[in-house]
Amino acid sequence: MSQLLEVNNLRVQFRVKSSMASWLQKSESPFIDAVRDVSFKIKEGETFTLVGESGSGKSTLANAVVGLLPTASGSINFMGDDVTQMPDKQLMAYRKQISMMWQNPTGSLSPRMQVGDAITEPYKIHNLSDRDKQQEAKRLLNLVGLSARFQDRYPHQLSGGQARRVGVARALALNPKLIVADEPTAGLDVSVQGEILNLLNRLQDDLGVSLFVITHNLNIVRHISDRTAIMYLGRFVEEGPTDDIFVNPHHPYTLALLSANPEVTNVGALERIALKGEVPSLMHRPSGCEFHTRCPFAQELCATVAPVGIDFGFEYSATCHYPR
Amino acid sequence: MLQVLKKVSAEPLGLLGLVLVVLMVASAVLAYWIAPYDPIALNIIDRLQGPSFKHLLGTDQLGRDLFSRVLFGGQVALKVAFISISIALVIGVLLGMVAGFGPKWLDSLIMLFFDTIRSFPTVMFALATVALVGPSLMTVVAVIVVTSIPTYGRVVRTQTLSIKNNEFIKAEQVMGASTARILRVHVLPNVVGPLLILASMDIPTVIALEAGLSFLGMGVKPPTPSWGSILNDGYTLIRNTPWPIVAGSIPLLLVTLGFTFLGESLRDQLDPKLRNNR
Amino acid sequence: MSKATDNVLSIRNLSIDYATQEGSLKALRNVDLDIPKGQIVGVVGESGCGKSTLISSIIQLMANNAKTTSGTVFFEGEDLLTMSPTKLKSLRGQRMSIVFQDPMSTLNPVLTIGKQMVDIQYRDKRSKSQKRQRSADMLAQVGIPDPASRLNQYPHEFSGGMQQRISIAMALQAQPALLIADEPTTALDATLEVQIIDMLKELQSSIGCSILFISHHLGVIAELCNQVVVMYAGEIVEQGPVSRVFKSPKHPYTQKLLECDPASIAKKTRNLPTIEGEIPNLSDLPAGCIFTSRCHKKTAQCEELKPKRHAVTQGATEKHFVTCHLESL
Repeated sequence: MSQLLEVNNLRVQFRVKSSMASWLQKSESPFIDAVRDVSFKIKEGETFTLVGESGSGKSTLANAVVGLLPTASGSINFMGDDVTQMPDKQLMAYRKQISMMWQNPTGSLSPRMQVGDAITEPYKIHNLSDRDKQQEAKRLLNLVGLSARFQDRYPHQLSGGQARRVGVARALALNPKLIVADEPTAGLDVSVQGEILNLLNRLQDDLGVSLFVITHNLNIVRHISDRTAIMYLGRFVEEGPTDDIFVNPHHPYTLALLSANPEVTNVGALERIALKGEVPSLMHRPSGCEFHTRCPFAQELCATVAPVGIDFGFEYSATCHYPR
Repeated sequence: MLQVLKKVSAEPLGLLGLVLVVLMVASAVLAYWIAPYDPIALNIIDRLQGPSFKHLLGTDQLGRDLFSRVLFGGQVALKVAFISISIALVIGVLLGMVAGFGPKWLDSLIMLFFDTIRSFPTVMFALATVALVGPSLMTVVAVIVVTSIPTYGRVVRTQTLSIKNNEFIKAEQVMGASTARILRVHVLPNVVGPLLILASMDIPTVIALEAGLSFLGMGVKPPTPSWGSILNDGYTLIRNTPWPIVAGSIPLLLVTLGFTFLGESLRDQLDPKLRNNR
Repeated sequence: MSKATDNVLSIRNLSIDYATQEGSLKALRNVDLDIPKGQIVGVVGESGCGKSTLISSIIQLMANNAKTTSGTVFFEGEDLLTMSPTKLKSLRGQRMSIVFQDPMSTLNPVLTIGKQMVDIQYRDKRSKSQKRQRSADMLAQVGIPDPASRLNQYPHEFSGGMQQRISIAMALQAQPALLIADEPTTALDATLEVQIIDMLKELQSSIGCSILFISHHLGVIAELCNQVVVMYAGEIVEQGPVSRVFKSPKHPYTQKLLECDPASIAKKTRNLPTIEGEIPNLSDLPAGCIFTSRCHKKTAQCEELKPKRHAVTQGATEKHFVTCHLESL
C-alpha cells in the first residue's frame, strides 16, 4: 500500500485576543495551539481513526486536513503535494479527491435542496455537465442502499440514518481517494449505527477508498479501523495499529479512555481508571507532560519534563515517561 | 408557485389578503378602462357631492370623480411601491449577503454605510431631497430605495451570519464551491423567505410614505391623482364634506390589511419546515 | 402498608395520543410502570419509542396536541392526571425534579449559579445566607471544588461536565422523592460520563430518592440501574431487574438491541449486527405485535394477535415481564 496522506508537524492556531490586547497585557502570544505538532500517515485503502474527547482538537485537525482552516506551520502532503502551499486552482483538484462526512447528518444538507440535487452538487461545482444527473443520483442512492424515490425528499423529511446515508452518497459522488468522517455515528440509534459502519466498511472494500474517522466512541473504533491515534490537548499521545492499542494500550490516557466504558457484560472489561478533574484549558497548558494533572500514575518527573515519543516498532508510538 | 397560492387561499386570512391584493392590483392596472370618468377632468357644477350612482365616492372641490381618482391614485401608489421595493430588495440582499459572508473589513464598511443612511430621519431625508431635486415620482422612488436598503440589508446580513457557520455551508466549501455559488444556491433561498414577508409588509408603509409626501405636496405633482393628494384635499374640506377623506383612506386601509395578511400567509407556506408543522 | 405506597411512581394503563394532520398518533399505549422507593429505574429505547412523551406525562407538561386517552399516573399516592395545576406546581421542583441532556437548557445564562440556586428555594423561610450555604453544600456534594466562590460565577464559565453537575445539584437541592434524568450523560465524554454515573449513585444512596434514568446507552443503564424498562414504538416490551433482563433477555427486540451494542462485541468484525427495517407508523398501527415487521422470530399469530404481558419468573420477588407471544407458550 502506498502513502496517500502524510501530515508532518502540523500546527493549527486560533486567535484568542487581538494583537493590541496581548501587547498591552505583555503576554507572549495572542494565539492558542488547537493542534500542536501532529504527524501521521494514511495509506491507500486504510482506515485511520482519531479518538479524543471534546476540546482535544480532533475536529480542528480534520478541518485543517480538508482545507477549511489555515495552518500555522507544518505540511499536509496528499499524494506528494503539499496542500498548505497549493494555489487555488490546484486546491480545486485536491477537493475533487477528498470528501467529508459531517457530524450533523441533517445539518450538513442544504435545507431547501432536494436529496437528488444535493448528492449531485459536486458535479455542478466542478462543472461536470456531461454526466446525467438523474442517472448519477440513482446510482449513488443505490450505492448507499436508498431507493431512487428519495431523490425528491427534503432533508427534514429524512430520519437520522437516512440523512447519514445521503451524506455518504454525496461524499462518494466524485469517487474520492479519501473520505474524512467526523463522528459518523453521532446521533444515531444503536441499531442504525451498525448499518452505517457496515456501509462504510463495504464501500471501502468495494471502492478502495481511505477513511479518516474522527470519533469519541471507542466502541466503534475497533470494528472499523486499521490504525488509531489518541489525541489530548491537540497532540497525539499514542498512535498505532488499532488491534494492538485495544489489547495493550501504553499511554495512561488511552488506558483510562478504554476503561471508562460502561458495558452490559463484564466480560473483558478493564479495571476502571478514574481520571481526576477535566481537560485543562488550551490557554494554560500544564507544564511537563500535559496529561500529568489528571494522570493516576504521574511522578515528579512528569510535572517538569515533557516526554518524547517512544517508538515500540511496527509503527506504534506513545508519548509518556512511564508507559504501561 | 401555483401550489403556494392554492395553500394560501385555503386559510381564511390568507384568502382575504390575496383577494384584497388582487383587487387592488387589478383595479390599478385596469384603471384606464374601469374608471367612469377622467380623473383630472374638472366639473365645477358637480363639486363636493356625496356618493351616488353617478359618482360612487362623490366628487372633490373641483368636481373631479373621486372613485376614478382613487383608481388612478392606486396606479401611482403601487408603481412606487413595487419599483422602489424591488430595487431596494436587490441591492439590500446583495450588500447584506456580502457583508455577512465577506471579510470583516468589508462587513464594517457596509454596516457603516447602512448606519449612515439610517441616522437620517426618513421624512427629513425625503423633504431635503425633494427640496434639492424637486418633487417627482422618480424622487419618491429614489428616496424610498435609499432608505429601505439598510432594512433589508441588515436582515439579510444577520440571516447570512447565522447560516454561514452551518455545516451545509462548510460542506460546500470543502466540495470546492465558489463563494458566488454558495451565496446564490445555498444562502439566498434561505434568507429570501423572511425577506419576502418583510417586503410585502413594507408595501403599505411605502404607499403610506408616498401618500404622506404627496399630502405635503412633495410627492406626485398635481393634477396627477394620488391617495395622498386626495387626503390633502379632504383635509382642507373636512368641515364641508367627509367624503374625500373617506375616499383617500379606504384604499390605504385595504392595502395595509391585504399585504399584511398575504405576507403572513406566504411566510407560513414558503418555509418547508413550518409548512409541515401546521 | 399497601402496595401502592411502596412505589414513588406508579403508572397504570397509560395511553397518550397526539393529534396530527395524518390522524391521531398513538405515542404511548397501555404503559404500566412502577418506580419503587429508593430504586433507580432505567428506560432504554431508540428514537420514537415514546421516552419523551412518558417524561412529559410524568411532569404533566404536555404538548398542546397531546391527549391522555386512558390510564393513571400515581405519584406518592395521588393521581397526577386529576391533580389541580396549583398542586402540580408545588410538586415540580420539590418532590420531583428533572435533569436534561443539555445543561444549558436549564441554567439561565444571565444569572449567577448562586442566584439561581437560592432562587429555587423560594418556598423556604430561611435566611438568604442559610440558603446560600445550602447551595454551596450541594455543589460540594456534586464534586465542584471551592463551591462558595464558584457560586458567584455564570453558567458559561463552567465546562460542560461541570454544568451538568450543577444542574444535578439544583435538581436534588430540594431533596425530591423522584429525579427524572433524561439522557444526562449523552452529551458528555466517556471519562466524564463515568464520573457522573458514580456521582449519581452516591447521591442517590445518600438522599434516598428514586431515579428514572432515560438513556439509549445500555452500558450506562447496566452499571447504574436496579430495574430496566425496554420501550419500543410506544410500548413497554420488557421490564425487570437489570441483572435478569440483560443476562437473559426474553423479547426479541431486547435481544437484538443487546446484540447491536458495539461495546458488547469484543471480537473485531467488519459486519456489525443491525435491526432491519424501521419503526412502524404510529398513526396506522399493525393489528398484531408492534415489533412483528422487524422481528427475526415472528410466527403467524404475531401478525394477527396482540401479545399480552407475561411474568417470566413465577413467584420471584423481583418480577421480570415480557410482552411477547413466544413467552406465553
